[in-house]
Amino acid sequence: MAEVIEKTEQRIVDEGLDKGADKLTGDQIARVIKAVLENETGARLKVYVDTCVHCGLCSDACHIYLSQNRNPKFSPAGKVKRTMGEILKKKGRVSPEFIRDAAEVAYTECNLCKRCVQYCPFGIDVAYILLIVRRICHKLGVTPLYIQDTAHSHSVTMNQMWIKEDEWIDTLQWQEEDAREEMPNLRIPLEKEGADVMYSVIAPEPKFQPNLIYYTAILMNTAGINWTMPATPGWDNSDMAMFTGDNEIMGRIKRAQFDAAARLKVKKIVMGECGHAFRSVYDVGNRWLGWKMPPIPIVHAIEFYYDLLKAGKIKIREKYKKSVTLHDPCNVVRGAGLHEKARYVINEICENFIEMHPNREHNYCCNAGGGVINCGPPFKNKRVKSNSVKAKQIRDTGAEILITPCHNCHSGMEDIISYYNVNMHTKFIIDILYEVMEKPGD
Amino acid sequence: MPGRKNWDWETGEKLVTDINGVKGSYNWIEEPYASPDGEKIASIVNLDVDKFGVCVNGGLWENTFDKIWHLRYSPDSRLTAIVSEMEEWSIAVDGNAWDNKFSYVWNTMFSDGGLNIAAAFQQDGEYGIVVNDVPWENLFKNMNCMCLSPYGPYSSAAVQVADFGEGEIFKFQEGAYTIALNGIPWDTRFVNVWNCAFSSDGAIVAAEVRLDLYTYTIAVNGVPWNNTFACVWQPVIHPMSGKVIAPVRVSGKWSIAEDGDIIWDSRFLQVWQQLISPDGNKLAAIVSPTYGKWTLAVDGAWWNTQFGDMLTDAVFSPDSSRLAAVGKTDGKFTIIVDDSPWDSKFDMAWKPVFSPDSRNVAAKVEKDGKYFIVINGKQIHKNCDDAWEPVFSPDSQKILVKTIEDGKYYRRIISLSEIK
Ligand code: SF4
Ligand code: SF4
Repeated sequence: MAEVIEKTEQRIVDEGLDKGADKLTGDQIARVIKAVLENETGARLKVYVDTCVHCGLCSDACHIYLSQNRNPKFSPAGKVKRTMGEILKKKGRVSPEFIRDAAEVAYTECNLCKRCVQYCPFGIDVAYILLIVRRICHKLGVTPLYIQDTAHSHSVTMNQMWIKEDEWIDTLQWQEEDAREEMPNLRIPLEKEGADVMYSVIAPEPKFQPNLIYYTAILMNTAGINWTMPATPGWDNSDMAMFTGDNEIMGRIKRAQFDAAARLKVKKIVMGECGHAFRSVYDVGNRWLGWKMPPIPIVHAIEFYYDLLKAGKIKIREKYKKSVTLHDPCNVVRGAGLHEKARYVINEICENFIEMHPNREHNYCCNAGGGVINCGPPFKNKRVKSNSVKAKQIRDTGAEILITPCHNCHSGMEDIISYYNVNMHTKFIIDILYEVMEKPGD
Repeated sequence: MPGRKNWDWETGEKLVTDINGVKGSYNWIEEPYASPDGEKIASIVNLDVDKFGVCVNGGLWENTFDKIWHLRYSPDSRLTAIVSEMEEWSIAVDGNAWDNKFSYVWNTMFSDGGLNIAAAFQQDGEYGIVVNDVPWENLFKNMNCMCLSPYGPYSSAAVQVADFGEGEIFKFQEGAYTIALNGIPWDTRFVNVWNCAFSSDGAIVAAEVRLDLYTYTIAVNGVPWNNTFACVWQPVIHPMSGKVIAPVRVSGKWSIAEDGDIIWDSRFLQVWQQLISPDGNKLAAIVSPTYGKWTLAVDGAWWNTQFGDMLTDAVFSPDSSRLAAVGKTDGKFTIIVDDSPWDSKFDMAWKPVFSPDSRNVAAKVEKDGKYFIVINGKQIHKNCDDAWEPVFSPDSQKILVKTIEDGKYYRRIISLSEIK
């Protein structure tokens, strides 16, 4: 353990943080901090920071603190102390180096997973405080390079992977063509006005995992859903701008999604297995735009599968045999209470479901969420080393398969499995559902 | 709608096509599109592996293609589709593909009357717009936010004009984007460029721009406004004065700016989709006066009726005196006209349509999976399996209703006097 700490304490080089901080002046820092605190935060921030009695009850909630040998600097309150605590204490008169380090804490040492808030007797939301720190860092231009590049992609293309408009449509048509080998009359209907469902995904699907779109097309066609996908920007529900603190771009990309759905006159948006995207369309991005709730209902894949199975629209040919466990993604479990529906779906499609502990809203975060994995290779070692508790938690189940119905969790867990040599494979629910469902012609 | 006065406004009911009757001829028939005049109904049909056709009123286009998508009627009732042959893409108009072929084609656009047809294309990894089968001469590394001027044939898009590599965030922030107008880029580069507006003669183009990561404004013919904002949305250009009008965000609230200066005293939690009345005297926009509430504001004064979910599809009457939109509360849609919502609620509602004399408002709506047409809040004709947005006759006395009932496509002319 001592070695782990020593290694993570080595200074990580990140051009976005380092060069960004080099350009700063003290006056600029003070001015931006003052503007953000005065114009963009209310009583909530002050109450949170003033109320914290440093009792440490939240510390054991944080997977990073637990995995870092209970080093207090990684406790939720410790991270606040190292960032917003100092900023407030010094009334914004902090140095460029301080901002650089605060950015590293805010972007890479907290997943905004909100596990800790459940254990604080005062309900102090550390994730909210660190999100304000991120907003300040964004405004100062001190953001990790990889996630900033992603935010740039969002700003230009309205998707997170620089996917050009034709590439998106072409990928859907290619998946449609492939899937027709299995289901000859299958369609991925593009731009079908008046469909019941608009299906949206995150950009890594067309870029790296188009098979997930293929599986969903089989599912939609088998269940007889009147669905469509947009052939315009607005198809990507992901949102790294929300995590860099670029609220204006967050609003713009969320608007693109809801505009596409409104234009297509759909009744709801069904989204693939992604957690942070759900948070963005269901909670944060929509609200920044002024919508208390999504103007067009958002249905996460877990809930969609649940509805299909409950209604008998999808039937299971034979349950999946391998033992499986479930990682509850923070954003759809603590964020939307989908844990029991996830269990219903998994029990319907799998023979042997083993709970991990703790679970449901008490599950530990994957340490990939909140944009942490999107900060890229410079922080990968630190990220996996900061989640040994997760490795233990999943290993203890003895399950062969780890179901992670969230893209960030999925990638984060793969890193953990490989680093800690856990004998397990990750899958999305749709991977298994596609395998075990009855298809026409079976 | 062009040529509307020449349409058949006399024949009460026409059974145009028995769609069910042709179903057996194809592997599958895709969703149908009715022509603006209602005389035709068309669908993409699959004939074989990699063999698609378009079926119009039961008859096939002579030409078939390897792939067809995005079948749409132009406002002047020409039938367009994006088609592919031998891995090359083009636009087919009434069955005949344009001479120009590309690596990919998407985003068909029509000018207001339908005279001009355009689309985005990619050729060997470079991007441009093709208008009436004439492609831009200059192509770009990437292109978004394509736009065709209201009366054509001018086209524009946000294009990438400088290189930056993966992860070169500081280079990106120096500005690599601009507007290309008919393929000619503006001299000025921006961090981002988004949606455009054209003046009616095509002489003025205005676009949303981001000057650095935090500073937004509107650029007009390449020149940014003097004033900058925390955020902006798509501008419109006043048809008479040529002034550029856009929603802008200042101190966490939204308002409306004209040529860079804020012209509304009121501040909102959101302002977008501003529109100018046909006579040019009124400016309306969708606004959120309090958190989670949506309504329309005219010249800054907002309506009493507010919707909890959303408001969309606002439209002025031809005489500029009236304003209508689609509102949604608790998951149910209705039409609001002049601050008065209709009593009936629907599962979906389409953009309201004013009669040319501005006295009547009609809309296509859906409830319990059935479609019908409502005029001034009252259902006309029966529930149908599908329907298209209604069109009033030029004398405002009749309405064209296009529906699918039991697998048959009908075109009906209903006299408003019959309804009352
Ligand atoms: S990672 Fe989660 S538990 Fe840890 S401080 Fe952040 S929000 Fe709290
Ligand atoms: S539990 Fe609450 S009061 Fe105690 S240290 Fe954590 S944030 Fe502060």
